[in-house]
Amino acid sequence: MTDQTLDEDHVIHTSDDREAHGPTDRQYIIIALILAVITGAEVVLTYIDVGPIFIPTLLVLMAVKFLIVVSYFMHLKFDNRIFSVLFYAGLLLAITVYVTALFTFRFFD
Amino acid sequence: MTDLEPGQAAAVSTAHGVDDVGETTVGEVHHHMHGVSDTSTGLSNNKLGMWLFLGSECLLFGGLISTYMLYRGRVTRGPGPDQIYDIPFTSVSSFVLLMSSLTMVLAVASANRRDVRNTKLWLTVTALLGATFVGGQVYEFTTFYREGLGYTTSLFSSSFYTLTGFHGVHVTVGIIMLLALVGMISRDRVTGERSEVVELVGLYWHFVDIVWIVIFTLVYLIPA
Amino acid sequence: MAIIERPADTVTSPPPLVTPSTAYGSFRRPVQAEGWRSWVFTVDHKRLGIMYGTTAVFFFVVGGVEALMIRAQLAGPEGTVLSSDVYSQMFTMHATTMIFLFAVPMATGLANYLVPLQIGARDVAFPRLNAFGYWAFLAGGIVLNLAWFLGGAADGGWFMYAPNSSVPFSPSNGIDFWILGIQITGIASLTSAINLITTVLNMRAPGMKFMRMPVFTWMVTVTQSLLLFAIPVITVALFLLMFQRTFDATFFSVEAGADPLLWQHLFWIFGHPEVYILVLPSFGIVSEVLPVFSRKPLFGYPFVVFSGIAIGFMGWGVWAHHMFASGLGPLSVAVFSISTMTIAVPTGVKIVNWTMTMWGGKLRFSTAMLFAMGLVVQFTIGGLSGVTHAVAPSDTQQTDTYYIVAHFHYVLFGGAVLGFFAGFYYWWPKIFGKCLNERLGKWNFWLMTIGMNMTFGPMHITGLQGQPRRTYQWTPERAGEGFFNIGFWNLVSSIGSFVLAVGVLLFLINVIHTHRKEPPAPLDPWDARALEWMTTNPPKEHNFDTVPTVTALDEFFHRKYQDVGEGDAHDLQRIATAEEILAEQEAKADEHIHLPSPSYWPLLLALSLPVIALGVIYGLVVSVVGGMLAIFAIFGWALEPATADDSEFDPPVDDEPSTELVTSD
Repeated sequence: MTDQTLDEDHVIHTSDDREAHGPTDRQYIIIALILAVITGAEVVLTYIDVGPIFIPTLLVLMAVKFLIVVSYFMHLKFDNRIFSVLFYAGLLLAITVYVTALFTFRFFD
Repeated sequence: MTDLEPGQAAAVSTAHGVDDVGETTVGEVHHHMHGVSDTSTGLSNNKLGMWLFLGSECLLFGGLISTYMLYRGRVTRGPGPDQIYDIPFTSVSSFVLLMSSLTMVLAVASANRRDVRNTKLWLTVTALLGATFVGGQVYEFTTFYREGLGYTTSLFSSSFYTLTGFHGVHVTVGIIMLLALVGMISRDRVTGERSEVVELVGLYWHFVDIVWIVIFTLVYLIPA
Repeated sequence: MAIIERPADTVTSPPPLVTPSTAYGSFRRPVQAEGWRSWVFTVDHKRLGIMYGTTAVFFFVVGGVEALMIRAQLAGPEGTVLSSDVYSQMFTMHATTMIFLFAVPMATGLANYLVPLQIGARDVAFPRLNAFGYWAFLAGGIVLNLAWFLGGAADGGWFMYAPNSSVPFSPSNGIDFWILGIQITGIASLTSAINLITTVLNMRAPGMKFMRMPVFTWMVTVTQSLLLFAIPVITVALFLLMFQRTFDATFFSVEAGADPLLWQHLFWIFGHPEVYILVLPSFGIVSEVLPVFSRKPLFGYPFVVFSGIAIGFMGWGVWAHHMFASGLGPLSVAVFSISTMTIAVPTGVKIVNWTMTMWGGKLRFSTAMLFAMGLVVQFTIGGLSGVTHAVAPSDTQQTDTYYIVAHFHYVLFGGAVLGFFAGFYYWWPKIFGKCLNERLGKWNFWLMTIGMNMTFGPMHITGLQGQPRRTYQWTPERAGEGFFNIGFWNLVSSIGSFVLAVGVLLFLINVIHTHRKEPPAPLDPWDARALEWMTTNPPKEHNFDTVPTVTALDEFFHRKYQDVGEGDAHDLQRIATAEEILAEQEAKADEHIHLPSPSYWPLLLALSLPVIALGVIYGLVVSVVGGMLAIFAIFGWALEPATADDSEFDPPVDDEPSTELVTSD
C-alpha cells in the first residue's frame, strides 16, 4: 500500500487536476470495508425473519452499495457534473421504463 | 456475442487519449501559438465516450434484469430459484468481485501517481479476483446443470442463465482488457495518457461490479 | 489524408500509394492514401458522410422497389404478382430496409458530414470509431439482405412479434439473418451515437455555446441520445429472440408460461423512440432551410430547440400506444393514451414556429424550400391522424388496418423523407460543389408530393373500411361499393406509388445531369446563415483554414449583414461577401494541421461482425474465427495512435510545432 502524498482535502473540486482530489488509498480501504459490512448485513438478513421490512431493507442496502461504488470508486462525486448527468440519465431512464413495463404486467400486484 | 463489440471497441478506444496532462500547464501558450482549442468542456473525449457507453449499458442490463424478474417465478418443470440457489457460495463470490473494485481503484490511484510497478500489480490482482468470480460462476452453472436446471428447462432457467451469462461475459471482457493493459504497460505500448487508460478500464470494471450488486440482491437474495 | 501543409500552392503531392509505417512492428498503418484506398481506409468525417449517404440512397431504391412490388400485388383483386409467402417477406424487408438501412443511416450520414462543419470542428471526436460505424452499418445491411439468396428473407413484419417469429411459425433462416443484421446495424448506431454526442459536447469552436448551435446539430444531438439509450433495449430483445430460435430458450414459448407481451414491450420501448429518431433529423433540416429561403431568422429558436428535446424525452413514455389492442388493461391504456396526446404539443410548437418563420418573409421557392414546406404540410396531416390513434377506442378500430399504414407513411415519408430531400437540394452545393438542377428539382418535388398523396391518402379510406395490413390479397366480393369501394382506392394507391417512383427517379437523373452538365456553384448560393457555409465548396479536408470564433447564433449571417436600423426597425446592410469572409479566414490560416490518419482496423473489425453473425446460423466454429478476427483487430486498433507520427511519413515531414486536432479513439 504505497500511501503517498495525496491531497487529503478531497471535497474541494477543481476541474483541471483530477489526480489531486478524491479519496486516499486508506479511505478507499475504509470504503471497501463499509461495502463488505453492508454485504454481510444483506446476507444475514436473508437468514433471520424481519417481516415486511425485509425487501425494502434489502433494496435500500443495494442502492447504498451502488451509490457508494459509483460516487467514490467511479469518482462521480468528485468529477465533472456532465459525467453524472450522462450516467444517471441512462440509469433513471432504465428504471423508469422497465418499472413501468413491469407494472403493466401487474408484477407489483 | 455480437453485442460485445461496441463495448470492446469503446473500451479499447480508451487507449487513444491525445491530451497529455503534461501539456496542460502550458496550455495557454499552446493556445495562443497555434490557435487550437482544447475540448470545449475541458474533459477528455475518451472519458465522455466511456460514460455515454455505461449509460447505454444501464438499459441493456435493465432489460435483462426485468426479463428475469418477470419470469423468475414461472417454473413449469425443473427446480425453482428457492430450491437451487446456494446463498453462502454466491455471497463469497460477490464479496470477491466487490473487493476487485477496491484493487481496481488502487490501480487507478497508483497510475495517477505514475507508480508503474503498483499499477501493474493491482491490475493483475484485479484480473485474478475477476477470474475467481468467473470461475465461481462456471462452477455454479455446472452444479445447477447437474441438478436438472438446463438452459431450456423453464422460463426461470432461460432468463437466469441469460442474465448472469451476460454479466459473466462482461467480466471476462474486463479481465482480457486488464491483462492486455498490463502487457501494454510493460512494453510501454499504451497510446495516449496511461493513467487515463487505467481509469477508463476501471470505470468499466466498476460498472460490471455495480451490475452484480443489483443482481445479487434482486436475483439471489429476494425470494421469488 | 494525414497532413495538410500550408500555403496550399506549396503542397507536394503525396506518393500515390498507402505508405505503411514501420514504427509499430507488425502493426503497420497507412498514413496517406489515394484512389480507392483513400475511401476504404478513410477516417475523414466528410468522406464517411458521403459513403453513408450513398449507401443509404442505394437501400432507399431497394426498399422502394420492394414497395412497388407490394403495390403491384395489391393493385387489383386477388393479385398474383407475389405469393403469400414472398409478400410477407416483401413488406417485412421494405420496412426494415427503409428504417434501418435508409432513414437512420441517411440521418447519420448528414450528421457526419455537417455537424463538425456546423460547430466549427475539423473532425468528429472518434474518427476511427466513425469509420467502424459506417462499415458495420454496411455489413449489417448485407447480412439482412443475404437472406433473399439463402432461403428467403424475414417474414415476421418489421416489429417481428414473438412468438410468431419463433421457429415453428417461420422455419426458414430469414428471421435469423434479420436478427443478426439488425444487431450489427445496432452496433453501428451505438458507436455513431457515442461519437456524435461526444463531438457536440467537446469539439465546438470557441464561442459556440449550446444555444448558438444550428438547429440541425441540436436535433442530431437529441436523435443520437435517443439512439444511445434505445439501441440496448432492442439488443436485449434480439438476443432473447436469437436464443429462442438458435438455442431453444423458452422466452416466448407460451406452453412454458411465457408472456407474449414481453417482446412487444421490449420492441416498442425501443421502437417508439426510434420513430422520433427517424423524424427529428428532418425537423432539424427544415429548421435550417426555412429561415434561409424566408430571409428571416428562425422564429423562436429556443422553442424549436426545447420542443425537440421535449419530443425526445416524452418519446420514452408513449410506447404502449402500439399495444392498445393487446389487452394491457384499462389503467395502462389510459395512461399511455394521455401521454400520447401530450406529445402532440411540442410537435405542434414546431409547426407553429416554422409557419411563423415563413410569415412575412421574402420567400424564395427553390426546390429545397418546396420540400421543406412540403414537410410542414404533409407531416401535419400525419400528425393529425396520429392524434386519432392516441384515442384508445378509436385506435382499437384502426389497429392493423391501412389507416395506420396511411398515418405512418405521412409522418415518415412526409416527415423524414421530404426533409432529407430538402437537405439534399440545400447542401448539395456544399458537399459536391454544384447546385442540383432546379427545373428537374421542381418536377422531382411535385411528382413525389403528388405521388405520395395518391399512394397514402386513399389508405385512410381503405383502412377505415377495414382493409387489413399485411394481407397479400383482397377480394372483389368484400371490396364494398360506391365511393368507399376499396378496389378503386387500391388502384389509385398503386398508380400513385409509380408516380412517386418516377419522382425519385428524376432525383437520380438530376444527380447525374448535375454532375455532368451544371457549372460549379457559387460560394454561398443560398445566402445561408450557419457556419458550414463559411468554408469552400466542397470543404477542404481540414474544414476550416482557421477555426472561427463564434459570437452569435447564425454566425455566418452576422458576418455578412449588419443591422443599422434603430429600435425595432430592422435594416440589414450587407457588410461582407462570402468570398471576403473566406479570404479573411485563409489569410490567417493555421500552418500545420494534423488530421487523424487512415486506418485498416475499423474495416477489419467491422468485417469480423458478419463472420461472427453467420456462424450463429451455420455453425459456431465460424463465429469463433470471427471472434478471433475481432480480437486481432481490436488489439491492432489499441496499439495504433490515432494520428500518425511525423516520422512515419515517407519522406518525414519537418518537426515544426504543429496544430493537433483534439480527437481521440
